[in-house]
Amino acid sequence: MTALVVKSCGPMTSLQDHGRYGYQRFGVSPSGAMDRRGLALANALVGNPPWTAAIEFVHLGGILSVSGGDLHIAVAGADCVLKIDGKPVPPRSTATLEDGQTAEIGPARSGTFAYLAVAGGFSAPPQLRSQSLHLRSRMGGLEGRPLQAGDLLECRETAHPGAHMHLPADFAQEDGPIRVMLGPQDDYFAPEAIRAFLESEFTVSSHADRMGFQLTGPTLAHAKGFNIVSDGIVEGHIQVPGSGQPIVLMRDRQTAGGYPKIATVISADLDRLAQVRPGSPIRFRAVDRDEAVAAARAFKAWVESLPAALIPLRWTPTTEDLLAANLIGGTVHALDPVLPE
Amino acid sequence: MNASLDRSTVQAPRILPCGDCALSVEFGDTIDPEINGKVLALDDALRVAAVPGILETVPTYRSLMVHFDPTMADYAGLSQRLLSEAQALTSQTVAGRRWKVPVVYGGAYGSDLDDVAERHGMSPSRLIELHAGAVYRIYMIGFMPGFAYLGGLDPQLATPRRVQPRARIPAGSIIIGGAQAAVASIECPSGWHLLGRTPVRSYAPDRDPVFLFSAGDEIVFDPIDEARWAALERAAEAGEPVAEQVTP
Repeated sequence: MTALVVKSCGPMTSLQDHGRYGYQRFGVSPSGAMDRRGLALANALVGNPPWTAAIEFVHLGGILSVSGGDLHIAVAGADCVLKIDGKPVPPRSTATLEDGQTAEIGPARSGTFAYLAVAGGFSAPPQLRSQSLHLRSRMGGLEGRPLQAGDLLECRETAHPGAHMHLPADFAQEDGPIRVMLGPQDDYFAPEAIRAFLESEFTVSSHADRMGFQLTGPTLAHAKGFNIVSDGIVEGHIQVPGSGQPIVLMRDRQTAGGYPKIATVISADLDRLAQVRPGSPIRFRAVDRDEAVAAARAFKAWVESLPAALIPLRWTPTTEDLLAANLIGGTVHALDPVLPE
Repeated sequence: MNASLDRSTVQAPRILPCGDCALSVEFGDTIDPEINGKVLALDDALRVAAVPGILETVPTYRSLMVHFDPTMADYAGLSQRLLSEAQALTSQTVAGRRWKVPVVYGGAYGSDLDDVAERHGMSPSRLIELHAGAVYRIYMIGFMPGFAYLGGLDPQLATPRRVQPRARIPAGSIIIGGAQAAVASIECPSGWHLLGRTPVRSYAPDRDPVFLFSAGDEIVFDPIDEARWAALERAAEAGEPVAEQVTP
């Protein structure tokens, strides 16, 4: 039996798939990968269906070794360097971890959430049809908790792990403001508050986790108070509590809540928002349903096109290749701590 | 707000957009059995109808959240259909199942019982009598897996939430906050007042059914002593529901 052994990892490293749907009526949060784009890509590179569970690293990377056989792996999402026994692997590419070898996922140089997929996936038992960890309810993951040093993750058998693949160009994400649709409770805010919401810059505060991102910026005044009788919550909802400082609800969100929601991030832009680091600025732009649905269709089409878009990896990269490839990875905030590799 | 004002808030159902993947069918903005009854009736109707593109529905106090796949469902058509369904239905006033839920009140099981009784100028036994004497409606399950939001608390027991919420309360806590009551399912943070504890697990991942209660069910509390608690706790640990289904 092939297994990954965790040598070290950051504190919120967890198994995540597409999420746990169908149980929100019982108070169960869907959870799932913060960046589905990264999850789908890592899985495609090892020949898996897009939503197979992978290891989600949060900002910090980790070190893992394989035992019991060779394993095809791939890393995507936040910009991290993957090294196998010290040798870097080109970005957006499949790699083989031979029995006894060690994979090192470096800390994110930009973005926050990175995904390590293995061919065939992990055999951790699903709970309510999903392997995603929801820490607050201790559901999914490995025994309902994050991964830690010493954990052994059994891998499913794959008949044939396939060839080493490479994706030449990543999904072309919007780089403008995060797109939102107003509502469901935008009528709880005065027109000036809506204007301030759409025209101002907000900062993702240090209170940002899988459940929600607390933003700081202009105070958004309520027109009709801020206590509503609790109603349903969807991911991307931007609720505004009494403080007037908005909170974007992310994958580990609760299923119901009692603050007015000024707007909702469109589904296609939630992955991009998830990768914005604490301390970084963001802006919002209101769009209509047509634009939101067109973006959702484009993302779905991209995921479906992945197997065909991959090309066999023949490239033996030099250090220069790697540096060039990583330079387009995104921007890094000047105040972010530089982490030792 | 008095009862007649509450009535006036029963409104024609309306659709509120919740991004591109969900919408909310809102029947009102208050806690009202008639409004909640309509939410549950629409939920039932949609379960039977199996509308293409709808992924999941989530009933709440006053609205039904409908999750759909925007690449499969046509929003205009879907809203039209939901509105006509919502207008046609009558409130589902017939309750679901009724559960008798055993509770040890006070002491280490309900550390706020004495304080809450004193605040309302009544004896702890009078408080227990009032709390256990009511029939509660489960308006919704939310916040945590299996966490049941109840209506039906005697107005004499309405108590503002604690100024300082607790970081964690035990699973099975029987709590009140404002005019609401709840059965907490798992250990969680809470600003509500702890009156007692039940051995019943409304969420038990290794049991079938995993979730015991549904929105629309009713709950009556059955005061028990510590000796009975110990026996029921062992049974619950072994996977028994412990809560008894009773006829109204």
